[in-house]
Amino acid sequence: MKQLIARYLSPYYGRMSAGFAIKFTGTIMDLCIPYILAHIIDDVIPLKNSTLVFGWGGLMLLCSVLAVSFNIIANRMASRVASDATEEIRHDLFSKILYLSNAQTDSFTKPSLISRMTSDTYNVHQMLGRVQRLGVRAPILLLGGICVTFTLDAPMACVLLAVLPLLGFITAYVSRRSIPMYSGLQEASDRFVRMVREDIAGIRVIKALSRTDWEREKFEGINREVVERERKNGMVMAVINPSMNILLNLGLVGVILVGAYRVNAGTSEVGKILAFTTYFTIILNAMLSISKMFTVLSKAIASGNRIWEVLEQKADLEILAPDSGETTRAEEGTGGDADLTRQRGLSGENQSCGLAAEDGMRECSGFEEQICFEQVTFSYLKKGEANIKNLSFRIRKGETLGIIGEIGSGKSTIINLMMRLYDADEGQIRIGGRDVRSYQPDELKRKFGVVFQNDTIFEDTISGNVTLGRELTGEQVREALKYAQAGEFVKKREDREAEALNIKGANLSGGQKQRVLIARALAAGPEILILDDSSSALDYRTDAQLRRGIREHFQDTTLVIVAQRVSSIRNADHILVMEDGVPIGYGSHEELMERCAVYRETSVNQGEKNF
Amino acid sequence: MKSVELSEEKRRYSGRTVIQLGRYMLQYKWMLALAFVCTLGSNLFSLIGPKLTGLCIGAVEPGRGGVDFGAVFYYAAWMAGFYLVSAVMSYGLQVLMLTISRRVVYRMRQDVFEKLLSLPVGYFDVHQTGDIISRISYDIDTVNASLSNDLVQLLTTVITVVGALVMMITISPWLVLVFAFTVPVSILITRYITGRTRPLFRLRSAKMGEMNGFVEEMITGQKTLKAYGREEYTQGRFDMKNKAAVEAYYRAEYYGSTVGPCVNFINNLSLSLISVFGALLYLAGKMTVGNISSFVLYSRKFSGPINEAANIFSELQSALAAAERVFRLLEEAPEPADAEGAEELSRVEGDVQMVHVSFGYQPERTIIHDLSFRAEPGRLIAIVGPTGAGKTTLINLLMRFYDPDSGEILVDERRADQLTRRSLRKAYAMVLQDTWLFYGSIYENLSYGKAGATREEVEAAARAARIHSFIMRLTEGYDTVLTDEGTNISKGQKQLLTIARAMLLDAKMLILDEATSNVDTRTEQQIQRAMRELMKGKTCFVIAHRLSTIENADHILVVDNGEVVEQGTHRQLMGGDSMYRRLYEAQFE
Repeated sequence: MKQLIARYLSPYYGRMSAGFAIKFTGTIMDLCIPYILAHIIDDVIPLKNSTLVFGWGGLMLLCSVLAVSFNIIANRMASRVASDATEEIRHDLFSKILYLSNAQTDSFTKPSLISRMTSDTYNVHQMLGRVQRLGVRAPILLLGGICVTFTLDAPMACVLLAVLPLLGFITAYVSRRSIPMYSGLQEASDRFVRMVREDIAGIRVIKALSRTDWEREKFEGINREVVERERKNGMVMAVINPSMNILLNLGLVGVILVGAYRVNAGTSEVGKILAFTTYFTIILNAMLSISKMFTVLSKAIASGNRIWEVLEQKADLEILAPDSGETTRAEEGTGGDADLTRQRGLSGENQSCGLAAEDGMRECSGFEEQICFEQVTFSYLKKGEANIKNLSFRIRKGETLGIIGEIGSGKSTIINLMMRLYDADEGQIRIGGRDVRSYQPDELKRKFGVVFQNDTIFEDTISGNVTLGRELTGEQVREALKYAQAGEFVKKREDREAEALNIKGANLSGGQKQRVLIARALAAGPEILILDDSSSALDYRTDAQLRRGIREHFQDTTLVIVAQRVSSIRNADHILVMEDGVPIGYGSHEELMERCAVYRETSVNQGEKNF
Repeated sequence: MKSVELSEEKRRYSGRTVIQLGRYMLQYKWMLALAFVCTLGSNLFSLIGPKLTGLCIGAVEPGRGGVDFGAVFYYAAWMAGFYLVSAVMSYGLQVLMLTISRRVVYRMRQDVFEKLLSLPVGYFDVHQTGDIISRISYDIDTVNASLSNDLVQLLTTVITVVGALVMMITISPWLVLVFAFTVPVSILITRYITGRTRPLFRLRSAKMGEMNGFVEEMITGQKTLKAYGREEYTQGRFDMKNKAAVEAYYRAEYYGSTVGPCVNFINNLSLSLISVFGALLYLAGKMTVGNISSFVLYSRKFSGPINEAANIFSELQSALAAAERVFRLLEEAPEPADAEGAEELSRVEGDVQMVHVSFGYQPERTIIHDLSFRAEPGRLIAIVGPTGAGKTTLINLLMRFYDPDSGEILVDERRADQLTRRSLRKAYAMVLQDTWLFYGSIYENLSYGKAGATREEVEAAARAARIHSFIMRLTEGYDTVLTDEGTNISKGQKQLLTIARAMLLDAKMLILDEATSNVDTRTEQQIQRAMRELMKGKTCFVIAHRLSTIENADHILVVDNGEVVEQGTHRQLMGGDSMYRRLYEAQFE
């Protein structure tokens, strides 16, 4: 929090001090008014001079006018500073988040990043404004009020001062008791919401099994608990206001009694008692706003720390000097063979899968290499078992690579590494003959067109979703949609490419979404096209048309298809079979059918399912 | 013209909402009456305070040596007493209001939840879960926070303002004239400011919402943005939204933060005027210092609430809007009740017929046209078609989540609409693709369909579904609690659990969704075996994804675009140029 303030508020220190000074003056003016009232009653009235009364009255008016103007000016300056600082904090935070590596995003989790961006920056914004406005005013009113009452009449002020610790004690006691109650309440209402959410999701099952009565009873129990907690909590909180009132009012009675003795003894005047009553209200209000400010402040400090945690992150994907990638290009075929022998050794029990990859690797030498993995090992968590173990393969320009395997076998991880969304722990990945780490991020990303598993449709038009703000012509967009087999359904839409899509593409069917995403990947004519399980919602016919269309119109494009259906990849030049992060088969469909038991099993199995 | 009608309708709506709200509150009329007494008492007693203060000060006024201590103590004792009683009553009031409002909340939540259970299932397909949840939690909370605070506040305001005014008039009618000037000024100023700020605050929330939505969407799609190198472009778009949000915030606060100082100014202005005129009246011998003191205190009480009133009204308005959302939900039409004299379906054979059934979710759009078929006990009916083609409509009709517009569904040759829904639904076991398990132990989840099933029965079902040994491997066995995230079990295992749950029901009819995407081959085979076990001896309606199922089916229904387009056996459908044939052949392409 301190660092956050130091970095983002320091440019405004000048403006803030000016604001504080103005605020200070305004608040002093507020404090002067009851003082003048006492003066009028005690000193002016006895003179029986109405001109003087008007004069002092005029002064009170002047003070009021100055107080209102200064306070407004100071408040506006405070708002400006708070808004400007928040804008910068948000800008930096958002930009930081955009450039976080995926590993970093994973460790924060996306919902947490979203709430840091939204509610945490909001809390800080609110705090910046409020502390500048009230943070100066309330303490001045409190301290000033006490000071002024002391100058007016010290013994009476002592009575007032004696009440304050009691007030402090009550607020502290209540908040100490209510904080654990609040967390208990929060948990209960979480249970409440969870149950409603759960029942909405399972309404068909509940009705089918006629368990509505049971659910009703269960809900009643949870509902009762939440309500009971809310009530208990409220009862404790309700103590604060009446007890504050009673304490201050009793203090007032005490002041009057002490005052009566002092007036009787001639050491004080009636007007002072009168002024005291007004200061009482001022002090009470100041106390209330200070206690409110503490909650705002503690919330904001927590938020500020959460924001700073993100801002502190260092870029973790370093860029290597470009030439270091070039050198590796020389070692071709032979090295690959050696790697593969080792790799085969590792996956001993799958020897039978005869790694036709050896042929693939040899074929590569002398041709234009597009994608190359060399002995790559990677783990997301950097501990325990690796997600990818000793993976090597090489694909030429214009070829198709199919990757197949069970959930969690490492298929998508290969894609993540290829695009350098993560860095490999061991081994080397080359794209176009250069180490991926030697590319500038933009330069590398421009080579790819990709559709991830469960990829995102943004709340934008269809063409906006295809271009993503890249400079593409309308013609390019239409072509891409056509090749992605989306042309037809887009034509049926009222506004065609300009049709607005809802958040997450809620107004598209699963298959339509996937086709728009594929169009996005195709639109810029990528060197490498990656489709990660992105045609699962398409029926066989459309899926087949799509693959044919891509092969015809994008001959130079290297294609990487990740799938669970054998039919989606059976025509690929190379098929990589993954199991538990280990490549257990590599070759063409025919080769794998012959040599790889797992592949054969999957293929036979799927031949009779998936209608 | 149109807008007039609209606002007219809106007013009628809010009128109805108020009546509905009133009905909830009136259940507690005695407590409400007591609360009213407490409000009245606590405010009146605290209103006497300043008067007594004035009297005290009056007794002190003679000054040095002349203080009437008897009177001072007398009045001070009364003051302390009144303040004490007032505080006790105000605490009592808060407790009462809390009790009432919590009971109303409880009742309302219960009503909404029961409503949810009684709504046709289609309601949940078209309404966002988040929206329903916000009605049952936030909206109801808003209504009641407002009812318990704002109403009391409003009453307090009225009592205090009227009371203070009366007291001030009794002290000095002339000095009251000061307010004839300051009150209109204060009303004008707050009116002006709130008039300016309300749209600004609305704009502020709208812009904040826009920015938050953008942030959420972009962070969710961060991987895609990175893959396409769109970071800078996105940053540019964000900066615009950020600027707009911050500017809207600033402008709202710019005006909003003037309210406080202005209210303060009016108070100070009143105080100045009262001081001057009070002093003059004193000079004219028409007022004592004690009187001035009481008057000043009353004047503080008087002007405060008037400025608050505007806030309260806007809060009440948002509470009314929230109440309206809750009541609109409560007014939704529930599933129609069972027919009069509906019978229980017992000793089920499993003979299901559809006779000339037509149905549409909207009356003007019929999607099932004159559908007839018969499924004799133990037969297999396959439902096929592309994803999202509306295969669930048939299930909705069979389970009577919806009733056909015309035609009849017969179970064991008895009309389904003459049977109780409960007994009809009990005759079916159902395994859907989205496996529904709730937060609770595995035992509770499995025995969900058969209350009071013994541990042995549950274990037998789990064995039949081939999930028993997996359950036993978990540290807590059948007592393992399935958590929200469901991280402790895989998707395939969840599917097996729902199959086990269905096994436990001895239903004669089965509705089954075969789709098991995203499951590895071995689990897939396990699931298939379990499903075959489950289908034994039952009349089965299967949303089919496997060729073997379809080829073995006794009857096939082909669904496209929500409509049943073809039906027949595999051989019948393969003859001629049918949709079925195209679908069938596509997979060999």
